[in-house]
Amino acid sequence: MKKIGVFICHCGINIAGTVDVKGIAEKLKNYPGVVFIQDYKYMCSDPGQNLIREQIRELGLEAVVVAACSPTLHEATFRRAVESVGMNPYECEIANIREQCSWVHHDKTAATAKAEIIIKSVIEKARLDEDLAPVQVPITRRALVIGGGVAGMQAALNIANSGFEVLLVEKNPSIGGRMAQLSETFPTLDCSQCILTPKMVEVAQHPRIKLLTYSELTDVSGFVGNFRVTIRQKARYVDWQKCTGCGVCMEKCPVKVASEFDSQLANRRAIYTPFPQAVPNKPVLDRPHCTYFKTGKCQICKKLCPFDAIDYDQQDVVLTEEVGAIVVATGYDLYGLEHLPEYGAGNIPDVIDGLTFERILSASGPFSGEVRRPSDGKVPQEVVFIKCVGSRDPENHYPYCSKVCCMYTTKHAMLYKHRVPDGQAYVFYMDVRADGKGYEEFYQRAAEEDKVLYLRGKVAKMYRDNGKIIVCGYDTLSGENVEIGADLVVLATAIRPAQGAVELAKLLKIQVDQHGFLTEAHPKLRPVESLTAGIFLAGCAQSPRDIPDTVAQAAGAASMVTTLFARECLYHEPITTGVNEELCSGCGICVAVCPYDARQLHREKHVVEVNEVLCEGCGACAAACPSGAAQQRNFKDAQLINMIKAILT
Amino acid sequence: MYEPKIVAFFCKWCTSAGADLAGTSRLTYQPNVINIRVMCSSRVDPEHVLDAFREGADGVLIGGCHPGDCHYKSGNYQTLKRMVLLKKILRDIGINERRLRLEWISAAEGKRLAQVINQFSDEIRRLGQLKAVRL
Repeated sequence: MKKIGVFICHCGINIAGTVDVKGIAEKLKNYPGVVFIQDYKYMCSDPGQNLIREQIRELGLEAVVVAACSPTLHEATFRRAVESVGMNPYECEIANIREQCSWVHHDKTAATAKAEIIIKSVIEKARLDEDLAPVQVPITRRALVIGGGVAGMQAALNIANSGFEVLLVEKNPSIGGRMAQLSETFPTLDCSQCILTPKMVEVAQHPRIKLLTYSELTDVSGFVGNFRVTIRQKARYVDWQKCTGCGVCMEKCPVKVASEFDSQLANRRAIYTPFPQAVPNKPVLDRPHCTYFKTGKCQICKKLCPFDAIDYDQQDVVLTEEVGAIVVATGYDLYGLEHLPEYGAGNIPDVIDGLTFERILSASGPFSGEVRRPSDGKVPQEVVFIKCVGSRDPENHYPYCSKVCCMYTTKHAMLYKHRVPDGQAYVFYMDVRADGKGYEEFYQRAAEEDKVLYLRGKVAKMYRDNGKIIVCGYDTLSGENVEIGADLVVLATAIRPAQGAVELAKLLKIQVDQHGFLTEAHPKLRPVESLTAGIFLAGCAQSPRDIPDTVAQAAGAASMVTTLFARECLYHEPITTGVNEELCSGCGICVAVCPYDARQLHREKHVVEVNEVLCEGCGACAAACPSGAAQQRNFKDAQLINMIKAILT
Repeated sequence: MYEPKIVAFFCKWCTSAGADLAGTSRLTYQPNVINIRVMCSSRVDPEHVLDAFREGADGVLIGGCHPGDCHYKSGNYQTLKRMVLLKKILRDIGINERRLRLEWISAAEGKRLAQVINQFSDEIRRLGQLKAVRL
């Protein structure tokens, strides 16, 4: 019979005050398998631990039960202690007689009786415990970053600058993301492109960053340290080896398409770069709009290209890559105007969203930075800004706050006043949330120096009348109805996860919340990790946030990646659930139950095989297995049944 | 005086941690429940519950994480499915289904843990001893 040593802690009077520890030691000294039992004032102290070590050496104990506080506190301590004298740490078990016994009962007789039962049940577990070794897993020290906006770029740069290779995947033809579309940034009014484009170039030129634009993730398998990802690089129909980015094709292409980058305010061609500072600065051919692909005629770009770079036969390229960690930075989209019937559902000209106004304000935008309205190019004299459009509206739209609108609307109104000093800017607001560094001062400046008129209330409706947009609202501070004949209305629409983000999350097997934002492992203490080990989050894909927060979080995600890569190898708890092939009938019930895809039916052998590294050790499969072939290590059926018996006899 | 014997299975991440919190908060509750700490409530095989009744338990309590909070993504849903089914079987074999209870108790709910243990102990005490059944 296995030789078991039992050590009962007094924890001063924390345990001994309500539990008769000496009485239990006396009573259990002849319990089957117990070759040594002793109580001690503080088992976790050095002399306490030495007592355990001595008895292991002297009596050759094969398992140790420490009856003390919660295993959360000192399981690791005692396992290290037994390991130091050669015992397998998984042969050491803790009986929790403090938090779950002495501290919650006052009656000494009852508490003593309960403690004795707890100890007996844990002795039964220890009796059938096996030596286990942590599963060792190698790490591929290479990261995948999904999304080439400011979050993805920052994460990629930090990881690459720490000496590791990065694969940066962006679905659009250029990196830069939403930040590249912005005019100026609050509260400093830095030109967005001026601070972003150097970063874009740094990413493109970094020796350790492999940039894959116009590409999408199509498959992911594996686990922390060892992901295998499949990426589809869409056909660009331009041979980038030959292309120099001279731009002749883009000038001469006869097809005009409304530019996504310019919020449809300007046109691009069918062969295009999204914007002049695009990185990489080489064009892609937009197949659905290309005349040649539609009719078989045209080929102007091919004829004019001085480098013979146009290749109509180019195919999508599918790449398979190995990475050890993944950062998801897929960013955001704005809530579409079509969802907002109260504001014309996108059918009233000159009612636009915030990103469109950014393009209007941008020096590189369609109006070269002059404020003009889209419908007729007129300089608007009265501009109404409305905040919380679709946000903070649980009845009709989204309940959450989109966080950046207060400040960008302030910035919009301010920039408008700088460009059209005799114009009037109105802001309808619910609250002004100016909680960043320098933000409140910025808001005060807009209201006081730039005379932006803030009206506290919501807009009930708006309609077009004689070239004006009549905005009907209610000012809750004065208690009066307000009607403004505006030339332009800018809606601060809600931030939503980027299109395709939910599907991507499914592919990665990470969780999203009810709105599609990625869920962090812990809202306070693990804000940049997903619940899946090795997958980290950055930027607005997790929730709305501004540029400084995004950059900080991206740096945090990068640091989590490099912390992972700094380890020699990964260890995995070995309390996994194996398969006894002789008992397994190959029914596959356990395969369906496993939340981690760790179990697979071997077609030929007709038994289930387990990937020990994927198995997290929940034991759901062991409970589902009808034959008893699936047994969770150190939580075997026999152990649990013996524990039940010990409790009841 | 009859005192019920109750076997419990608590998951490590939520309910057992909640029981630790009840201890550190120095709450008190009845001593009739002895728990076995498992990694996840989904480790509990319906057979374990039947075993407990066969060995003389008057009640069985299973504690897991709240829906959506399972440390193992979906383990608690497995538990829920199994226990709903098991209750039907208990009815068929003549064991009052109220003797089996499944509760979601988080690591922050020490107080609720104490309440659940007290309520369940009282209820089993009212139901009386489960006369040994041979299954």
